[in-house]
Amino acid sequence: MKKYITLSLVSCLVGLTFISCNKSKQNNKGALSSNAAEKVYVAPGEYDEYYGFFSGGFSGQLSVYGLPSGRLFKVIPVFSQDPEKGYGYSEETKPMLMTSHGFIPWDDSHHPDISQTNGELDGRWIFINGNNTPRIARIDLEDFSTAEIIEIPNSAGNHSSSFVTENTEYVVAGTRFSVPIPQRDIPIKEYKGNFKGSLSFIKVDQQSGEMDLAFQIQMPGFNYDLSHPGRGKSHGWFFFTTYNTEEAHSLLEVNASQNDKDFIAAVNWKKAEEYIKAGKGKKMPAKYAHNKFDNATHMATHTMKEEVLILDASEFPDLVYLLPTPKSPHGCDVDPSGEYIIGNGKLSANLTVHSFTKMLDAIEKKKFDGEAYGLPILKFEDVLAGVVEQPGLGPLHTEFDGKGNAYTTFFISSEVVKWKLGTWEIIDRKPTFYSVGHLMIPGGNSRKPDGKYLVAMNKITKDRYLPVGPDLNHSAQLYDISGDKMELLLDFPTIGEPHYAAAIKADKIKDKARQIYKLDENKHPYAAKSPAETKVTRNGKEVHIYMTMIRSHFTPDNIEGIKVGDKVYFHVTNLEQDFDVPHGISMLGANTAELLVTPGKTETFVWEPKQVGVWPFYCTDFCSALHQEMQGYVRVSPADSTLPLSWSLDDE
Amino acid sequence: MKKSSILMIVGAGLLLSLFYFPLWNIELGAPQYPIPLGMNIYIDGIKGVGEFDLQNIDGLNHYIGMKTIPKPEQMWEFTVFPLVVASMAILGIALGIGGYFNKVKPSFFLVWLIVMALLGIAGMYDFNLWLIDYGSDLDPHAIMKMVDAQGNPLTYEPPLFGHRKILNFDAYSYPHLGAYLMGLGLLLTFLAFVLGTKSKKQ
Repeated sequence: MKKYITLSLVSCLVGLTFISCNKSKQNNKGALSSNAAEKVYVAPGEYDEYYGFFSGGFSGQLSVYGLPSGRLFKVIPVFSQDPEKGYGYSEETKPMLMTSHGFIPWDDSHHPDISQTNGELDGRWIFINGNNTPRIARIDLEDFSTAEIIEIPNSAGNHSSSFVTENTEYVVAGTRFSVPIPQRDIPIKEYKGNFKGSLSFIKVDQQSGEMDLAFQIQMPGFNYDLSHPGRGKSHGWFFFTTYNTEEAHSLLEVNASQNDKDFIAAVNWKKAEEYIKAGKGKKMPAKYAHNKFDNATHMATHTMKEEVLILDASEFPDLVYLLPTPKSPHGCDVDPSGEYIIGNGKLSANLTVHSFTKMLDAIEKKKFDGEAYGLPILKFEDVLAGVVEQPGLGPLHTEFDGKGNAYTTFFISSEVVKWKLGTWEIIDRKPTFYSVGHLMIPGGNSRKPDGKYLVAMNKITKDRYLPVGPDLNHSAQLYDISGDKMELLLDFPTIGEPHYAAAIKADKIKDKARQIYKLDENKHPYAAKSPAETKVTRNGKEVHIYMTMIRSHFTPDNIEGIKVGDKVYFHVTNLEQDFDVPHGISMLGANTAELLVTPGKTETFVWEPKQVGVWPFYCTDFCSALHQEMQGYVRVSPADSTLPLSWSLDDE
Repeated sequence: MKKSSILMIVGAGLLLSLFYFPLWNIELGAPQYPIPLGMNIYIDGIKGVGEFDLQNIDGLNHYIGMKTIPKPEQMWEFTVFPLVVASMAILGIALGIGGYFNKVKPSFFLVWLIVMALLGIAGMYDFNLWLIDYGSDLDPHAIMKMVDAQGNPLTYEPPLFGHRKILNFDAYSYPHLGAYLMGLGLLLTFLAFVLGTKSKKQ
């Protein structure tokens, strides 16, 4: 009996030792995490190494973060109205949000992609898609503002977008939901065969960046989920994952998950160009908006286009090939060499990697395994490069570090897995918090990834930050991937839902970032470029105020002769030519947002006074020591008043 | 004598660089102006270092009631200085050429140098008068009227040379490339006189 007591005492002691061992391990971890702090710490006044552009998801915008610090620099309004900057509220920017369905003040922005030259990020522009009412926007990385939005006709759920080819020849946009093309009134049950998908190729002018919908490839009625361009050896091809090859129209959760394999559609876009050049494209009527912002007039214009060129893939047997890929693949990613095409079958236990070389070989030898709507299907075994066995649950997206490694996110098992291209072995795995969607390595979808950091974008935040009610911002997580093992460095909350992000070395952008707009170059028709040019004019019930702002007053700041029922346009020019000195203006009772006018710019808001009285306006951006004094009054007289218009500053 | 005459020609010729390079530079830095605002003073006018620096200096100065930075036509100096500099350069070069052909004695070089130095001192004196006027002749309706500890109104003139703290601004005032080239020119003309005198004695 004594023996047993001694034994249990000994085991207790052993147990205690283990516990204290564990404790000392935890202390070690403490030392490690202070190391992590150093890696993300950017001292006051110092700059981050990368610009990170995160899509705003259901906010419709694009946010700009610094990496590795995770500091938010700016939210660029793209598809949604932004009262903070007057975007979509000012007369100049309202046309940016026009579509064939009228004015749409919101969208769901998904995948930003930075322009490339020779397969490398060049930092000229960043493109992003609006998923809901299909649109592609171009953001100018000189002034970090939306320069252009083009609507995509014959598309619905603009999800496999907006990805650029390696010299930014095209921005490509695919449809997630197939729809009747052209749209018509038919029973939903007649989906099969009647609904179509479309893949849009938008040409980009290399000088101005201006977009033009060059052609669309009409496809079978599958769902085109994500896409990536070929690069290097596979430049000239574009790859799209598909799901719902079952062509189900209801309860897709079940009915679109029946086929053992869906497809990656490999599109030979150089071939498509040849067909278009040879006049094989069919012109089809289509209504879509093309909105451009002009930095000289500081105004956007909205025009409607009437026609689109279409290539029906089923009529051209060498345009599109289908690569069988297990179980509803989501992400479609191409490695930096252009050889491997990774289909992240989200319901599959394994990760499928196709070989571009094998694909070309199979095409040449015409080793087809049937066809779907006239598109040749290649044999799975003939194009397979390899399989990553049992990597995790629910693979979504893969990026690359340029050192022969790939990193895949697993939504269901909440982790990032690092594996080796070619050997398909798993090297490391790290948990994410929680339910990770996309991941991003700066340049990770280009020919030259910068394999230093990885950002995972998580859908569920739960307990990562102080609770703020039932709705939490999504969370991004920064990993150091410079070593063999990944190391979690930082959590930071994001705007809306960052589906995808793109990052670029700060050096490629920061020195060309605009500081002011030159007043000399302001071609706004209602600009007042000096206090001497200010005036108020009336044309019936329409009143135009030409106003200037400078530290710290408006000219004019007293206006009389406005009447109830007038439509009053405030055209306000910021005369400052100094970096970071915007002025704001807002008017009591105006049914719109403030304007935030950057130096040298002219912007306009409309005020329709409804009540007699004297109403103030003021500067909304603390501009100077006498910002509080930057204010003015408008006298509103009854509708039948005969008081003439007058305006003044300091009673002069 | 030929060597010294060439030195005289080059030295006097260097005065002409004042038509291309600023004589003086004043920089104004503050916490919110990490890249300082700056003005370059040329013999024929004042220009901003950055494209909009003058406009921004004027914009800030209006709070304390300073006059705007003068345009060339608002100060007689900017008309007279170029004439004086051009005349002296031509005269100096002519003396040098005269010396080269042995028509002019080296002592004339020295006379030229003394005249030039006197003109320079007069110019600096005038420049300083302008600085004082610019910094102290303030608008009585100025937005901010600042006084020192004794209750005297503050003045804001930038220093003629060196550093001065003006409210939140650090003002630095130093000669610029034109002045250095002119200085080098004067040195050369002095050398011309010394060498010329020596060669005459031999």
